[in-house]
Amino acid sequence: MPSIKSKHLIRIQDLTNDEIYAVLENAATFKEINERPIKKLPTLRGRTIINLFLEPSTRTRSSFELAEKRLSADSLNFSASSSATVKGESLLDTAETFDAMKVDMVVARHKYGGYCNILADHMDAKIVNGGDGIHQHPTQTLLDLFTIYEHFGRIEGLTVGIVGDIYHSRVAGSLAPALASLGATPIFIAPPAYQPDVPEELGAQVAYTLDEVLPELDVVNLLRIQGERAQGLYVPSLREYSALYGMNSHRMNNLMKKDAIILHPGPMNRGVEVTAEVIADPRMLVLDQVNAGVAVRMAVMYMMLGGDGDVE
Amino acid sequence: MPDTVKASLMNEQDVSRSLMRISHEILEANGGAEGLAIVGIVTRGDIIAHQVAENIQKIEGSAVPVGTLDISLYRDDVATKISPVLHRTDLPFNVDDTTVVLVDDVLFTGRTIRAALDAIMDYGRPNAIQLAVLVDRGHRELPIRADYVGKNVPSSYGEKVMVRLKPVDEVTDVRIIAADPTESDAAGDALPPEIDAITGE
Amino acid sequence: MSNKTEQVTDAMVTGSGMVTLIRGARLVDPQLNLDAIGDVLIAADGLIEEVDIVEDGGSRISAPDGACVIDGTGKILIPGPIDLHVHLREPGQEYKETILTGTRAAAHGGWVGVCAIPNTEPVADEGATIRNVLDRAAETAYVPVYPYGAITRGQAGKQLAEISDMLDAGAVGFTDDGHGVQNPLMMRRAMEYAKVFDALILAHAEDEQLADGGVVNEGRVATRLGLPGQTGLAESLQVIRDIELARLTGARLHICHVSTKESVAAIRAAKAAGVRVTAEATPHHLVLNENALSYDYDTRLKMAPPLRSEADRKALVAGLVDGTIDAIATDHAPHAKQEKELEFELAKFGTTGLETAIPVLLTDLVATGQVDLPCLVERLSAGPRRVLGLESVLLQPGCVADLTLIDPEATVTVTEDWLVGKSKNSAFIGRELRGAATDVFVEGVRVMADGVVCD
Repeated sequence: MPSIKSKHLIRIQDLTNDEIYAVLENAATFKEINERPIKKLPTLRGRTIINLFLEPSTRTRSSFELAEKRLSADSLNFSASSSATVKGESLLDTAETFDAMKVDMVVARHKYGGYCNILADHMDAKIVNGGDGIHQHPTQTLLDLFTIYEHFGRIEGLTVGIVGDIYHSRVAGSLAPALASLGATPIFIAPPAYQPDVPEELGAQVAYTLDEVLPELDVVNLLRIQGERAQGLYVPSLREYSALYGMNSHRMNNLMKKDAIILHPGPMNRGVEVTAEVIADPRMLVLDQVNAGVAVRMAVMYMMLGGDGDVE
Repeated sequence: MPDTVKASLMNEQDVSRSLMRISHEILEANGGAEGLAIVGIVTRGDIIAHQVAENIQKIEGSAVPVGTLDISLYRDDVATKISPVLHRTDLPFNVDDTTVVLVDDVLFTGRTIRAALDAIMDYGRPNAIQLAVLVDRGHRELPIRADYVGKNVPSSYGEKVMVRLKPVDEVTDVRIIAADPTESDAAGDALPPEIDAITGE
Repeated sequence: MSNKTEQVTDAMVTGSGMVTLIRGARLVDPQLNLDAIGDVLIAADGLIEEVDIVEDGGSRISAPDGACVIDGTGKILIPGPIDLHVHLREPGQEYKETILTGTRAAAHGGWVGVCAIPNTEPVADEGATIRNVLDRAAETAYVPVYPYGAITRGQAGKQLAEISDMLDAGAVGFTDDGHGVQNPLMMRRAMEYAKVFDALILAHAEDEQLADGGVVNEGRVATRLGLPGQTGLAESLQVIRDIELARLTGARLHICHVSTKESVAAIRAAKAAGVRVTAEATPHHLVLNENALSYDYDTRLKMAPPLRSEADRKALVAGLVDGTIDAIATDHAPHAKQEKELEFELAKFGTTGLETAIPVLLTDLVATGQVDLPCLVERLSAGPRRVLGLESVLLQPGCVADLTLIDPEATVTVTEDWLVGKSKNSAFIGRELRGAATDVFVEGVRVMADGVVCD
């Protein structure tokens, strides 16, 4: 039995619930390894992984890169500036070029939804979606789930608020269906312009204000607001957004459950989604998420690149 | 395929006596328990490791640290097969300047021990690593030799040497399972997974 | 064969010089309330000489000496369809399609004429460009080409194009298709100016600000696939705007590729109120909805307007049946492979349609009972001529022999090889369809014979 049946990880739905839990269990082991003085494992020696990042990304790419290095895979970065795509090379040429190089896995990030599917159609390599447009970001979802699971010891039955620009968020695009599938209740908290066309398609409920649902939330996941999108057309100003949807000490101390946790995919806009007091609070687990990111990505690569056979 | 038990090699008392002898040998070879740490390889080596540590405590009156090691991530065959679920590695002591006694149930090709040596080295620089096994069945593929052996068991390559240990198994014993004449290298497929997990390396 | 090509070219002016007898076909002409088995004799001058209804007990027409006799048994003969909406891409984008390849695809699909959209390079926005298209058509085309001119220079929406000059050159209508005319004042002025000549204004209705870069219909599928959605209102609001401008100015307005139920309702109401508005729908909007899109992100299904909901599709079919939709037009939009094998959001909009239209419509609309055959024929043949103000083609003596013979039992598998057009970006690739044109006559000249275009 292979530990992940799907060849690729493009949508979070490529994983069964059991597989998601297996990733989380294995990630716990990798998290311990990441605490060791020597963080290197020989596990994926000789495997080649390409990080194809056609959209600027520091955090996700670094996290994948560390995961690859710690598992001893040979990895290569193609970022937007070094990629031929910006010179007019088509996606198919890119796919076929890397395919000819016989790589084992491609971690792909692009600003257009569906990019990974096209790579998968034209390559032998296994594809891991590092974020495609406004579609999905499954490894971010796994690290969010890991952080939630580690804290609560369960996912089922929890109510998770996802706050902010849901429409443009691949984070929400994969987290909400995963939570729904695992028996949690995702709620999209945003004004209508920030809501997706059909929230229930992603398994989510809808709230227009944070304060009306905050007391019910076990997890408050604050999405990053893109400044250029926030101002004028979607919400009047960052100031008004922050007043309505920002997490501040008043909300945290008076409205939020005492044992709720706060997540953020990063990078945070201090003073917009979240205030400095909230960031300093122990319930704000953004660094735990970053830490979990390397571990879940190690788990995913181990489980996807390991052979189909079972160890006897 | 029904398991064909070719021979029963050790019963619970035999295992117990062997481990007691090994415990004495470890203490004798190292001049006591000072600076020792016992590390068992999951999933049966760790049970043996705890038994050995307990014996040492009885004999010497002092506790030795015990750790467990999952070598899945150090295997040389990850490309073809993996452990779907990893176990925790737990070394609750500083490996540096310690004499580590690595413990496993069956010594076969030596590949598991090779992986375990790498794994321990990633935690630090021990003074020495010694190897204790309940059963040495031969067929080494790497230059690895055990310092302490419960029982040497001549076996043919295709046979399985099965160790069952309480409390993860119902009984404690060691048996040889005959090779399946119809399948040479996939004979383990029909075995229950908990037994499957311990027979090879 | 080269001598046949010459024949065709001559025929545009003078007829084939050949006498053709089609025997025993089912003659369907809703304009005459005709649906009966009969024989049709086409004279050397390219006109229908005699129509004899066998069921009426009339005697069979005997074949004149040297006549080409075609057995029409089991087939359907209709007044030839005209496609109001074809991107022939010449001049400027000959790598996608040319007047030759596009009209060849039209003949293969059973059309006897096509209207050419002016979003070429350069844009057909003056008489000289229109003349150039007509000259190239005279040299290379398999079926007649009716060119449209642009409403605004360069289709840039800033300055009216020289509509009178283009009318003189032979333009049959004016459109900025590819974009909507975004500025309502510009559209008002265009209609007012067109009224001087009673010229036809064709609206590509799409409010680009409201569309907001959406590439698929706003809704469940957009959310599922993580693609930016486009509200149907981006179309409907501009349809309503243009209808009101047509009401205000009295201009002749035609709405291209209607895709929403709101647009259908607005057009229906406007027609009832006497506004001079006509409308077309594409085969793909009539038979497909947004659920055709799936995780394979097939860019062949990316078109403007996008495939809409099933409710929208049903409203289009209802509009087709009740006459709100006057014509079926393909919006044949050929694109090269490299323009389609891209990220969904980057790929060009459009599907080809000339060759698949009749098979798709027969299979998915007629065979499924949604539309009856005479209605389909009306919307393919009479409707477009009415929109353009062209003379009717009737299955009766004296009419020009622009005719299409359809085999309703022919099976077609849509493959890149089966498509003769230059580009293969068909939304229907892989479909197995039943019913296809086998023979096409343009002014009596057989431009397709037994399913094979006569080269």
